[in-house]
Amino acid sequence: MMLIDCPFCGPRDENEFHYGGQAGIAYPEAPGELSDAEWAEYVFMRDNPRGWFRERWFHGLGCRTWFTVERHTVTHEIRKAP
Amino acid sequence: MTHPDFLWRDPDPKPAYDVVIVGGGGHGLATAYYLARNHGITNVAVLEKGWLAGGNMARNTTIIRSNYLWDESAAIYEHSLKLWEGLSDELDYDLQFSQRGVLNLAHNLGDVREARRRVNANRLNGVDAEWLDADEVGKFCPIVNVSSRARYPVLGGTLQRRGGIAKHDHVAWALARRADAYGIDLIQGCEVTGFAIERGRVLAVETTRGRIAAGKVALAAAGHTSVLAAGAGIRLPLQSHPLQALVSELLEPVLDCVVMSNAVHVYVSQAHKGELVMGAGIDAYNSYGQRGAFHVVEAQMAAALELFPIFARARVLRTWAGIVDVSPDASPIIGRTPVDGLYVNAGWGTGGFKATPGSGWVYAHTIAEGEPHPLAGPFALDRFTSGALIDEHGAAAVAH
Repeated sequence: MMLIDCPFCGPRDENEFHYGGQAGIAYPEAPGELSDAEWAEYVFMRDNPRGWFRERWFHGLGCRTWFTVERHTVTHEIRKAP
Repeated sequence: MTHPDFLWRDPDPKPAYDVVIVGGGGHGLATAYYLARNHGITNVAVLEKGWLAGGNMARNTTIIRSNYLWDESAAIYEHSLKLWEGLSDELDYDLQFSQRGVLNLAHNLGDVREARRRVNANRLNGVDAEWLDADEVGKFCPIVNVSSRARYPVLGGTLQRRGGIAKHDHVAWALARRADAYGIDLIQGCEVTGFAIERGRVLAVETTRGRIAAGKVALAAAGHTSVLAAGAGIRLPLQSHPLQALVSELLEPVLDCVVMSNAVHVYVSQAHKGELVMGAGIDAYNSYGQRGAFHVVEAQMAAALELFPIFARARVLRTWAGIVDVSPDASPIIGRTPVDGLYVNAGWGTGGFKATPGSGWVYAHTIAEGEPHPLAGPFALDRFTSGALIDEHGAAAVAH
């Protein structure tokens, strides 16, 4: 089990959190102008790197804050997102 | 005592092949076999970065069934199941394919409605399916707790009698032996590190054992597909997750069917050798680490004991994880890519083992003809743009 550093509650067990996937996916600024391919990119395509990954976590069984960390997808090491 | 003969050669790579398959797991080996058997294409290499069938082919829970909801899925998985039914004879190898029945339990009214709908959909597609009420579940599998006092009472279940399990290693060895006999080179310890692409067409793969020219390149790398595809400049709608499983110590025969439960999140069978084989849902985060968290195993054990109180004294022998590539609609991605000559077969997620022969069959056709096999057509990459998704999130035994 990973120890995840919540910005408010400090380090807590992984099973207090929900995973939110890749960080930094912004809603399209002009959704009415998007092509089907651009919608597919926004809705379905996410990075899937072998290595460091910026991702969202939700402290659902704690302070209920969403936050962003960087985690290594092989070692599971977590560091603060820049 | 003499050492038994090897089932396949251990060749060095040749400078060029008509088809290079990247990934020596079940799907890659089946693809190689059917390229030779169905299409007469034998100048083929299967490149495997580790050893043959040492990835998810060695880590899955070997469940075989075809009771999927949607027409497209039922067609491809039923094609696969029909191939399984003749595969031991065809490959002249005992795959220990055992059609012992797969039971999917329903624990609440929503489950019951969904399950009965699925039975009807399966029958309309020529897939055998039956609805059992709780008493019938108890008769079919007496060790399941069908008491109404259970925390998640069993209200019934669907049964596919033609479903079952097979011995995963035997499947890989049998396919590898036949592919090798056709002259196909199975090259282990050979990792693909990049692709030579010119004017939108793939010409060769770069590997840890040198450059290998290829008329066509076919990815069959499961959880590592995204990393390979990125090397060809292709972005795929896949996320890689750990999927954990475990076995108990060897026990006397106690469970003679496969039992899956969506609501309490576990699936169980007993291997021929005697271990109880149990699978869980994926760990939620992206990972290539081939390991998951213990609390997922703990929840899976709680679910198993809820269904099978008799397992309370069974001890866990070992746990492990494989890396599965999950697509947005929980269906595979099969077909061409934006790079000419480069094909993809991925996104089988948590359920690729059952599809091994069917996947190899349609992928080989797609590669040989340059056009999707009719069963593979609906699973092309462009469905994420067209919106024609094949949503099979309900098909798995556990939530993803």
